[in-house]
Amino acid sequence: MTALYLNVISGGILIGVVYALIALGLTIIFGVMRVVNFAHGEMVVIGMYIGYGLWSAFKLPPWMLAPVAAALLFALGYALQLGIVNAFIDRPQHAQFVLFISFALMITGLHLALFGPDSWPIQTVESMQSYTIGPVRLDVLRSQAALMALLLIIVLMLFLKFSTLGRSIRAAADNLIGAQVIGIRVRKVYAVTAGIGMACAGAAGALIAPIFDTQPFLATDFTLIAFIIVIVGGLGSLTGALLGGVLIGLSEALAALMISPALKTTFSYALLVLVLLLRPNGLFGEPER
Amino acid sequence: MAAAGPLLDSFWQSLLTLVFFYAFMGLTWNLMMSAGLLSLGHGLFLGLGAYATAVFTATGGLSPWISILIGAAISAAAGSAIAWIGGRFSVRGVQFALLTIAFAELARVLFDNWDFVGSTGGFFLKAINPDTNRPLLTLRGGTLFFYLAFVLITAAAYFLIRALMASRWGYRWRGIHEDEDAARALGVPALRSKVLVVAISAGLAGVGGGLFGFLQGSLFPDSIMGLRISIEVLIAPIIGGVGSLFGPIVGAFFVVPLMEGSNVLGQRMGFYGLNTLIYGAVILGVIAFLPDGIWPRIVRFVAARRS
Amino acid sequence: MMLQVRDLTKAFRGLVAVRDVSFDVAEREIVALIGPNGAGKTTCFNLIAGALRPTSGSVSLNGENLTGLAPEQIALRGLVRTFQIVRPMVGLTVLENVMMGAFARISNVDEAASVAKQAIMRIGLQSKTDSLAGDLTLPDRKMLELARAIATEPRLLLLDEVMAGLRSSESDRIVEIIQELRGGGMTVLLIEHVMRVVMSLADRVIVLHHGEKLAEGAPADIGSNPKVIESYLGKKAKLA
Repeated sequence: MTALYLNVISGGILIGVVYALIALGLTIIFGVMRVVNFAHGEMVVIGMYIGYGLWSAFKLPPWMLAPVAAALLFALGYALQLGIVNAFIDRPQHAQFVLFISFALMITGLHLALFGPDSWPIQTVESMQSYTIGPVRLDVLRSQAALMALLLIIVLMLFLKFSTLGRSIRAAADNLIGAQVIGIRVRKVYAVTAGIGMACAGAAGALIAPIFDTQPFLATDFTLIAFIIVIVGGLGSLTGALLGGVLIGLSEALAALMISPALKTTFSYALLVLVLLLRPNGLFGEPER
Repeated sequence: MAAAGPLLDSFWQSLLTLVFFYAFMGLTWNLMMSAGLLSLGHGLFLGLGAYATAVFTATGGLSPWISILIGAAISAAAGSAIAWIGGRFSVRGVQFALLTIAFAELARVLFDNWDFVGSTGGFFLKAINPDTNRPLLTLRGGTLFFYLAFVLITAAAYFLIRALMASRWGYRWRGIHEDEDAARALGVPALRSKVLVVAISAGLAGVGGGLFGFLQGSLFPDSIMGLRISIEVLIAPIIGGVGSLFGPIVGAFFVVPLMEGSNVLGQRMGFYGLNTLIYGAVILGVIAFLPDGIWPRIVRFVAARRS
Repeated sequence: MMLQVRDLTKAFRGLVAVRDVSFDVAEREIVALIGPNGAGKTTCFNLIAGALRPTSGSVSLNGENLTGLAPEQIALRGLVRTFQIVRPMVGLTVLENVMMGAFARISNVDEAASVAKQAIMRIGLQSKTDSLAGDLTLPDRKMLELARAIATEPRLLLLDEVMAGLRSSESDRIVEIIQELRGGGMTVLLIEHVMRVVMSLADRVIVLHHGEKLAEGAPADIGSNPKVIESYLGKKAKLA
């Protein structure tokens, strides 16, 4: 019995790291621009299709394809931000919401039109394999995905901390007017931020493609999970997204095992409500009042 | 236009019925917005009303009229609770919007697993005998009946909301929307005002849900309480014009035919997903070029023409 | 005594912004709260008006304990404040803004409108009645803030640096209005930096420094109090 629990727990933590990558993208966009990307899940699905496509064409393992998906989605995010989202920064929240919903609709519509509604699984040699470390069996695919996700997260954190552009992004997040005063080109910073945020989503999507079958309708689930993680971890908090991701991945896995698979999201939503009430800035955000 | 309804054939009546359903729902959503409360989970109130009405009528044997009132009361209670919790814990802005999604999703999952109401398999209203049916009694009529019903409640909601906005409550809601702390410093009871506006908005949404449930004949948690319908409910008022009374109605007249039209076009061309793509593209176009919505733009256009 | 503040203290996680401040304000008095920047004056206002919860101490109005009540409850009991950085409701007209205040005592919309119009006339903003508050200049916004507060028919008015940023003709007008209000029975507690106004308007002056009450007394006495001079200007200065 304990072996089962250990496997479920480790599986949950591994997928949680990938969730964390998704959430990181969302939280960066919000932290810097105060804009909520309601099409984030759709970006993940784009990544999934990219991952699937490159795998079919080149038979490379999906974890190698994550950087490609990241690059493509960076470009998309950059273009979207410069092209239209920047104009919406000062508009009311409901207008921003409809903007992103329209993106979500168009992306899903495009996916359906190009690829159809069926799920496309990726079957590789590793699909059924697992590493055995002591009493624990770790899924090969999940492990690869988690490791790659962790690598990308570390690269991103280093970029934000040490590069000039990264520091400009953090400056803009901290104090927008101050950043403008010292000459930071905010529109460009926003575009890069959006690019990074969506790149995270896309990379995660490519990593997830072998684990969850690729199909257009997964998008909403990813958006919702990203939100839960970001709120629980703290809007705009990078550590929050990371730890929150692992927490949610873990709790979902345990809830599915201990309560029922159908109710696994209920626990996450209940946690979300509690956090919104008691620590609205998230478990790792600043304490309120 | 509404009066012409009975003269049209049943396809147009069905379409217009859907238009007025979304117009009505949009009016209820817009009411909460007047106090700055963005509801991204309006499906919760719709769904609770629908399920309560259907279950109390079909399983409970009560008159549909009473069941609708019960449904409205349940939705109003849910709304009050959410508003109270949100206000008591100072949950504002985007966090409040996410709170509404959280509660809606919680309810949806619970209903998905509640056998009494049919879980994911759905709750079905028994077919009625068309010969002995008295629509005013059973609230299950034909196309014309539902058309008139939705036109009626839309009109009633319009006048009710207009009166509310012109009252002290309306001013206070707008004040809270503008600057809640400044309003409170002037004596505006913020918590009470917010609970009231959400209770009314939710209760009305419950009525709409109850009727809609009867129109559909069957209820599924995902379709009547899920994120999808919550989003569909708010697109019409935002496109039509938040903050104006006519906005949601105009918005529904634009959005519903667009939705149905793109569905038809998609089917004709054999393109799965084309409908979603077109729908999304048009909405993007409107929100990008008409930031305040369609109705305010029309009003400004007419005013400019006059001067 | 109208307002009784006793041992009011507020600590923000290690920083004590206000420490054991006590004072009274009698009915129909005009009391000025002065002190250098950062002395804790606005924090005191926030504590008295319910925007902040005191760490310890109490506030009572005519014997009724106000400590811990919500801002709206305090406002409804007749203690109304204005903000240092004005907060007009920019999407509403001047009339609608002032009606927001009138609604504190009146439920009927038409009655509230007429009370609001009277307040607007008293302040002198009639020409802007139907303008959007967002279109007003700063001096007009300050007038609006004042009119809005007056419309609530307060018994005690807390004015936070209402003169800041105004030309002397504009601040003279407000001084006139405040004196008229006091004549009509209102009590005023004001935070002010403009000394000319403090000297001409205030019956009594309370000086805060580093969150503590430094001195209290008639304007002339305060003006020559060495501790007060020191707190504003440093050890070696002297008021001319």
